[in-house]
Amino acid sequence: MPDDSPAIEVRDLVKTYAGVTAVNKVGFTVARGEILGFLGPNGAGKSTTMRILTGYLPATSGMVNVCGLSVATHGDEVKKFIGYMPENNPLPDDMRVSEYLHYRGRLKGLARAKLSIRLDEVLELCDLKRVRHRIIGKLSKGFRQRVGIAEAILAEPPIIIMDEPTIGLDPHQILIVRDLIAGLRGRMTVIISSHILPEIEMTCDRVLIINQGRVVAQGTPADLRREVFGHSSYALEISGDLEAALPEVLAKVEPTLAISETGVPDATGFRKLTLATSREDDLGEALLRALSADPRLRLRALTRVHPTLEDVFLAATKRGWEAIDAPKPTSK
Amino acid sequence: MKHFLTILSHELRMLLVNASTYVAAVLFLALMGFIFSGVLDNYSKAAQETSPATVFFQLFWIPVLFMVPLLTMKCISEERRLGTLETLLTAPVSTTEVVLGKYAASYLLYLFLWASTGGFFFILHRFAQDPRLLDFGPMMGGYLFVAISGLFYVAVGLFASSLSRNQAVAGILAFSILFTLIIGLNYAAGLEMMNRESMQPVHALLEYVRTFRHLDDFSQGIVDTRQVLFYLSGSVLMLIFSILGIEVKLLHS
Ligand SMILES: Nc1ncnc2c1ncn2[C@@H]1O[C@H](COP(=O)(O)OP(=O)(O)O)[C@@H](O)[C@H]1O
Ligand SMILES: [Mg+2]
Repeated sequence: MPDDSPAIEVRDLVKTYAGVTAVNKVGFTVARGEILGFLGPNGAGKSTTMRILTGYLPATSGMVNVCGLSVATHGDEVKKFIGYMPENNPLPDDMRVSEYLHYRGRLKGLARAKLSIRLDEVLELCDLKRVRHRIIGKLSKGFRQRVGIAEAILAEPPIIIMDEPTIGLDPHQILIVRDLIAGLRGRMTVIISSHILPEIEMTCDRVLIINQGRVVAQGTPADLRREVFGHSSYALEISGDLEAALPEVLAKVEPTLAISETGVPDATGFRKLTLATSREDDLGEALLRALSADPRLRLRALTRVHPTLEDVFLAATKRGWEAIDAPKPTSK
Repeated sequence: MKHFLTILSHELRMLLVNASTYVAAVLFLALMGFIFSGVLDNYSKAAQETSPATVFFQLFWIPVLFMVPLLTMKCISEERRLGTLETLLTAPVSTTEVVLGKYAASYLLYLFLWASTGGFFFILHRFAQDPRLLDFGPMMGGYLFVAISGLFYVAVGLFASSLSRNQAVAGILAFSILFTLIIGLNYAAGLEMMNRESMQPVHALLEYVRTFRHLDDFSQGIVDTRQVLFYLSGSVLMLIFSILGIEVKLLHS
């Protein structure tokens, strides 16, 4: 494995299923040790891309390199580099946890002596010690998911690919799985897919948003916020002369500041407002000073609102739709 | 072929913990016992020309037709249905290893079940005073035939299993192919029109692949290498088709 090559390199990847294009010219690189989040609505092509990365499905065209080796020509070697948990985490129902992991370890080429040590480590890491002799088919969803993760990391491959590892779990189990994934940081390159954002935002170094088989945005969660919104916003709780005094004060602080949302007044007369501006830097202090200095306004709260990745996702996939709906260059 | 033994021992274990294997085994032994005692019943009434073993193996197709589908229908279709085929094939193992491992496991179980009918002959030997009842030649010939033809039949079942994600469909498909191979060809070879001059080549071909003729030859102690070759090449062909079946399904999925 050449050491300077990125863990995964994908260029112009296309996959068509009997005429339906599932992945359309996708390209990205994943550095070693990076945790990449694959984000997209259902049917975006996440699973298809992952299956091609693991060598399970052949690509229609394009280049996929894993640790510098082409998946198309070195399929067998590439499989050794990847620990893969498919969508819905398929497991045999009639085996015991330790039996299953032992079998998988043997298939992955671990020697018997090494395997039993590693098995204990992995069971400990995934908190599966208590259920090691239980039948997999009778385990709860959270345990099954951890068996899948244990299986993926069993042979200590340099790359872990997990397709929707947190789907169908309750918030507590999601937390456990998220911690497990975060624990791999730095040791392994990890790709996880999801259509649920918060866990991607928390665990991933970089996010790739795909929609309808195309990459619509990529970058760190912070980059994406900036790229897709290009502005920041502030939430206030305020009362007083909002018609005349407020716009006047705002214009003095920053001309691009505008009221984007107005709430209804509550029992004490205060209402929630959202301000939007194209300024990147923090205007919080200036706003606070100006608003509290004006006797016509009473300010109770002021915070800078960080757009969630959810908003980024919506904006990015919507942009994807528009790009597909209107292929002609838009005259905006 | 590094993982062949790993997969073989895994598959054997899975067959041995599976309830349907025991159902199949009990059905098989019950049926074979029934047939065997029926055959002996005939012998007790009147002396017959052929030995009980010959008659017993004449009926080998009854268990084959339902045993082989039962043993093999799950092999690949169940993995496909559960999605574990994806985890299996993304591990560093080749499709060939997977197919051969599963094939060997099913075949060994098939052999084991047939071998257990040896108990009938043992009991007969132990309690029947008449040595004519236990003719060693036809018995060994019969078992040899079952072992060799089983290579092919189990491969057919595996191939059927690679085609569908539904094990019932795979089982019925295996049954149909086996029925055509064993009964259909025998019937075709016996048709009146096969005696015509113009049909001579077809008749010769059918006679060459006719299972019951192979069985007769084996029972009489004749081991024709062409017949052995027929079953061996048939098995290899079916195994190649199974491997292709799995890979082509992925290519065109
Ligand atoms: N085996 C298949 N045969 C035909 N079409 C498929 C197959 N698998 C996926 N697709 C189609 O490809 C597209 C992408 O699917 P997928 O990669 O599963 O998306 P995601 O995992 O992002 O939800 C979907 O439109 C889906 O209908
Ligand atoms: Mg998916």
